[in-house]
Amino acid sequence: MRRTETLLAIGGAALLVLLAILAPWLRFVLTIALAKGVAVLGILLLLRAGQVSFGHALYLSFGAYTVAFLAPAMPEALILMPVAMLLSGLLGLVIGLFVSRYRDIFFSMLNLAISMVFYSLLEKLYHYTKGTDGIRVGVPRFLGMALERDQFEWAMFGTALVLALAIGCFVRLYLASPMGQALSAIKTRETRLEFMGLPARAVLLSAYVLSALMGGLAGSIIAMTTRHVTPLLGYWTVSGELVFIAILGGAGAALGPFLGAVTFELVRVYAAASFADAWQAILGLVLLGVILFFSRGLWGMVESLWRRRA
Amino acid sequence: MTTSASMSRRSVLAGAATSGSLLMAGSGAEAQPAKPAELKIGITTFLSGPASVFGVPAKQTAEMLAEQINAAGGIGGVPVRLSFVDENPGTEHLVGEFRRLVQSEGVHVVFASISSGSCLACTPLSDEMRKTTILWDCGTQRIFEEGRHPFAFRTQGYGTSEVLAPLLYLLKHKPDFRSIAVINQDYAWGRDSWELWRAGMDAMKPGVRVVAELFPRFNSTDFSTEITRLLALRPDVILSTSWGGELVTLVRQANERRLLERSLMVLPVAEASLPPLGRSMPAGHIIGTRGDHWVNHPRPRDKAALDRFVNGYQQRFNQPAIYPCHHMFQAFSALQAAYTKAIAAKSGGWPNDQELAAAFQGLTFDTPTSRITIREDGQGMEDQIVGLSSFGTLPYAVPEKMMLYPATNVSAPVGQKSVDWLKTLRAGLENTAGEAI
Repeated sequence: MRRTETLLAIGGAALLVLLAILAPWLRFVLTIALAKGVAVLGILLLLRAGQVSFGHALYLSFGAYTVAFLAPAMPEALILMPVAMLLSGLLGLVIGLFVSRYRDIFFSMLNLAISMVFYSLLEKLYHYTKGTDGIRVGVPRFLGMALERDQFEWAMFGTALVLALAIGCFVRLYLASPMGQALSAIKTRETRLEFMGLPARAVLLSAYVLSALMGGLAGSIIAMTTRHVTPLLGYWTVSGELVFIAILGGAGAALGPFLGAVTFELVRVYAAASFADAWQAILGLVLLGVILFFSRGLWGMVESLWRRRA
Repeated sequence: MTTSASMSRRSVLAGAATSGSLLMAGSGAEAQPAKPAELKIGITTFLSGPASVFGVPAKQTAEMLAEQINAAGGIGGVPVRLSFVDENPGTEHLVGEFRRLVQSEGVHVVFASISSGSCLACTPLSDEMRKTTILWDCGTQRIFEEGRHPFAFRTQGYGTSEVLAPLLYLLKHKPDFRSIAVINQDYAWGRDSWELWRAGMDAMKPGVRVVAELFPRFNSTDFSTEITRLLALRPDVILSTSWGGELVTLVRQANERRLLERSLMVLPVAEASLPPLGRSMPAGHIIGTRGDHWVNHPRPRDKAALDRFVNGYQQRFNQPAIYPCHHMFQAFSALQAAYTKAIAAKSGGWPNDQELAAAFQGLTFDTPTSRITIREDGQGMEDQIVGLSSFGTLPYAVPEKMMLYPATNVSAPVGQKSVDWLKTLRAGLENTAGEAI
């Protein structure tokens, strides 16, 4: 299965590149999907510990606004991304120190509450954030080069793809490592983990900080791709969307989030294109169908297909 | 049956691929285009969410106008085809859809957005994709004051004139007011419009006491706290630039508690909320319509055209044609005028993107009520009419004692920021800027 996963990842990446070449407008949609996939990988880590965060849009929007505020002073994509990621990780550490004490519904709700506080700040601090109208992000340089729109879109798409593959690999390794195994232990029996001498809080906190790092990175990619950030990116519906993508894709493997994110975005775009009036209903029905008939998500579907053949 | 089903599924899946190859064939803005089989227009509007009270009537208007245009032979002999995009899911979705419209659908022109946030996100894209974009309804002054957008044009007025005209009306109608309170929605327009109003008011009538600045949460349904406070504070004037269902709720709740008997309301975006309010809207308050297109305009440029449009809309959709319908009409009217101008400039040839955009510069087009000119920065010069709510033959309030403010008198000059310009205004402008009609 492991080799299959690698092959599937490479095949999927090749397919995305092909799609992006054939349909230039899809490049944008796919970049966003890859970025969201990265954020959902963070959610996946927490899901391993049985914890659902309904507030990870906080890190997405924090990363995006970091880019929006820093871009005029430092218009270099390859600096903005790590800076947004690190700052977001730092925020994750501070918040994580609090929320990692809680489990289950309390963990979910606290995350939700904190993310909504940040959302309100983005909306209310009108003179700094321009409120709901949002902030425009200029085209940053890439490796010191000022690129044309088309080239820049390719650069962002390529970066997102490479990062998605790299972080996907990392998450797989992490989940296989003792730290990752300990996450599953939090889900099954936390007390035993403590008896073994592993602090459950630290295990969860490190996963939380990692997820914040990924959220911030995803936010920075989204900001530089859409080039206009609004507080809506930090709204609870976006957090819900991330959790939803995680469930849709399947929490079983690192490929799941990307499968989920690409499917989600494509269904949304095609539904919106074909039924401008009723696209929400179409999207909802498709997603409901997947959830009802493939309880382990799209990745579970792929897995069972593979097993049957083997 | 099976074949058709698989065909359609395949065509959906192949949509991406074909669109890509189509684009490669048709790209290159400098190329001399042949007359297309249809003129594709992409329209972004709210089809869901609270702002769909504007978005859906505008969509209906667009469909009605497209049918009329096509029945009359199209624009320049080419029939129009519309594709709609919902603005409600937010910027990230919208900018993706903008790209899809341009790169995949191959639209010739985009009508962008009700929300100012959406417009701010779409205009830079219009620059980059060199696609003529008509900002058909959004009002933020930031668009043309913070940068140049050679492919974007606004075919209606904007925040500055829409706030300044009611302010001038107030200064003339009730020159002795001493205190004011504001109750606006807590989002960009609510904040922006108050900043504009405050700049103008402090310049023309210094010393007015602002007793309360209330910004209830966007999409509130309960204003009892705010109303209690306003009842206690007894301001002479209450300003609210709220719109849609929220304004209906606010006026109903304020009226029930007799707030409107004590204070004069100034409602610059009232018009669209007046039909649902009906008789709950008290008479004698200052109302605006983001333009001059009141249904009872006493001397429209073309009375027959106004009646035809308003009555046609009413009959077909059984709703009054509110201001977004007029703004959509203006966008279509501008598009027709621009194509006529561009085709004439090319002596019959079909214009490319650059030539179409060039035609919008300094374009003058007709609306049922007046004529709008697009000035060099892309801003449309739409006159403003403000009046006092009153009841006539219609089951809802319409203005009386109307004042017409020509757009040039109430808009910041090209190259000046609105707030800075408003600060330079002086008392007495209320007597010279407008005329009673």
